[in-house]
Amino acid sequence: MKILVTVKRVIDYNVKVRVKLDNTGVDLANVKMTMNPFCEIAVEEAVRLKEMGVASEIVVVSIGPKASQEQIRTALALGADRGVHIETDEEVQSLEAAKLLKSVVEKEEPKLVILGKQSIDSDNNQTGQMLAALTGMGQGTFASEVVVDGDKVNVTREVDGGLMTVALNLPAVVTTDLRLNEPRYASLPNIMKAKKKQLDSMTPADLGVELAPRLSTLKVEAPASRQAGVKVADVAELVDKLKSEAKVI
Amino acid sequence: MTILVIAEHDNGSLKQATLSVVAAAKAIGGDIDVLVAGGNCGAVGEAAAKAEGVSKVLVADNAVYGHFLGENLGELVAEVGKNYSHILAAAGTVGKDFMPRVAALLDVAQVSDIMRVESEDTFVRPIYAGNAIATVKSTDSIKVITVRPTAFDPVAGRGGSAAVEALDVVKDAGLSQFVNEELAKSDRPDLASAGIVVSGGRGMQNGENFQMLEQIADLMGAAVGASRAAVDAGFVPNDMQVGQTGKIVAPQLYIAVGISGAIQHLAGMSDSKVIVAINKDEEAPIFQVADYGLVADLFEAVPQLEEGLRKIK
Repeated sequence: MKILVTVKRVIDYNVKVRVKLDNTGVDLANVKMTMNPFCEIAVEEAVRLKEMGVASEIVVVSIGPKASQEQIRTALALGADRGVHIETDEEVQSLEAAKLLKSVVEKEEPKLVILGKQSIDSDNNQTGQMLAALTGMGQGTFASEVVVDGDKVNVTREVDGGLMTVALNLPAVVTTDLRLNEPRYASLPNIMKAKKKQLDSMTPADLGVELAPRLSTLKVEAPASRQAGVKVADVAELVDKLKSEAKVI
Repeated sequence: MTILVIAEHDNGSLKQATLSVVAAAKAIGGDIDVLVAGGNCGAVGEAAAKAEGVSKVLVADNAVYGHFLGENLGELVAEVGKNYSHILAAAGTVGKDFMPRVAALLDVAQVSDIMRVESEDTFVRPIYAGNAIATVKSTDSIKVITVRPTAFDPVAGRGGSAAVEALDVVKDAGLSQFVNEELAKSDRPDLASAGIVVSGGRGMQNGENFQMLEQIADLMGAAVGASRAAVDAGFVPNDMQVGQTGKIVAPQLYIAVGISGAIQHLAGMSDSKVIVAINKDEEAPIFQVADYGLVADLFEAVPQLEEGLRKIK
């Protein structure tokens, strides 16, 4: 079966995020960009399913500027077979991303679509569920285990307070949570090989999707910064302050 | 303008998060209806009717909603919600699962995880794991919103007397089935919603030493967390990770033990009300966000803390 997996180019999770002085957004100039961590997990899961003989082909999709092709190449180096790049320099919101992915799904007809549960920039946690709704597929969100079983997939989900397993008819959408797997690193030979793999580029217009954002960001501010508090001399003073000053114990 | 709040519950009782979502709805303004969808959830409908500020409670009681499957809830809420100005749910794992489906079915955007209401169409939400705060305006006719419960003081859960109406709308998308669930058996509270969190970092040296933290956690009714460094070192499982790629927590009290305070960890806990740091390196960045810092060897300080907590109990 064919798996479609999505990757997003985002700020590296170790980079200190700085809000622009004019409060229009976050400063991304000369900042290290990488594949969204949840998307790495999605790619890894697809590759494992292929290694197990469950998947036959992995198509990786990214939406974003030209540079997003770097993240597609990374996924190809990790084991994806073919890349699709939907190129745009505009801000793409979740609903639009879902519509773009829907048209790719209609063309590619994958049995399984694996996405990260959220990107660590906009933190929306929406696109997978929206794609599932638009394509009439079931969804296994926040997955910690994915088992394909005939024409169904069992997905164990990380829910508040524990785990829940659902069985979904294929085709289905899965969004990844942290415990699903530990992504591998790409080897140098595979990085070289990935450069030769097929990567098709298209625009939202080619897919017949008009980008029409419904949300506008009025301003972006730094969070109220915490002031460093006091140093206490010993544990006794700490317990005393927590009890009588902070009143939290 | 009428707002639809989707109740979060376990079929037996109404979760407190729902009262926080009602508070967010009050901040938007207008009449507030609550939809309780579940299986054998009549008691939840009665409880929701007592919440302050609620005009009407709609109860969709059917086995197809019993396990809160996103496919079925999505169709139900899109159907019921299409005549409302706003649809609100708590940003827990249930709300995060079905709400984007509702938005997509209604062809509107969703505003996720709001922490403040500026006006009926403008909301404040964290992005970049709380390292930046965005003010977002929605131009859609129906606003689909998930609410960060810890950001809104809950309305009173009693005193109200809303009308309760049974809703005979059965939506079975036929796409998914519940198989089973394993809810944590631990007596400790859930990390993401605990009032007190005790977390350990690389300074704990190994997994066995986390027992020291579990002991003080149990004294305080706290959850136990960990930094990514402790998880990566194999001390504890990944589901204990607090940070940008782990759980985002905002308890009343956060105690960081042997955690240096990497950016990615701070992103997951800096909204905590009171932060305590115990670390032997006085230059550790965690002290820059800590209300109370103790420069000490944790292997001496944690047992002393346990003793101190026992004394005041």
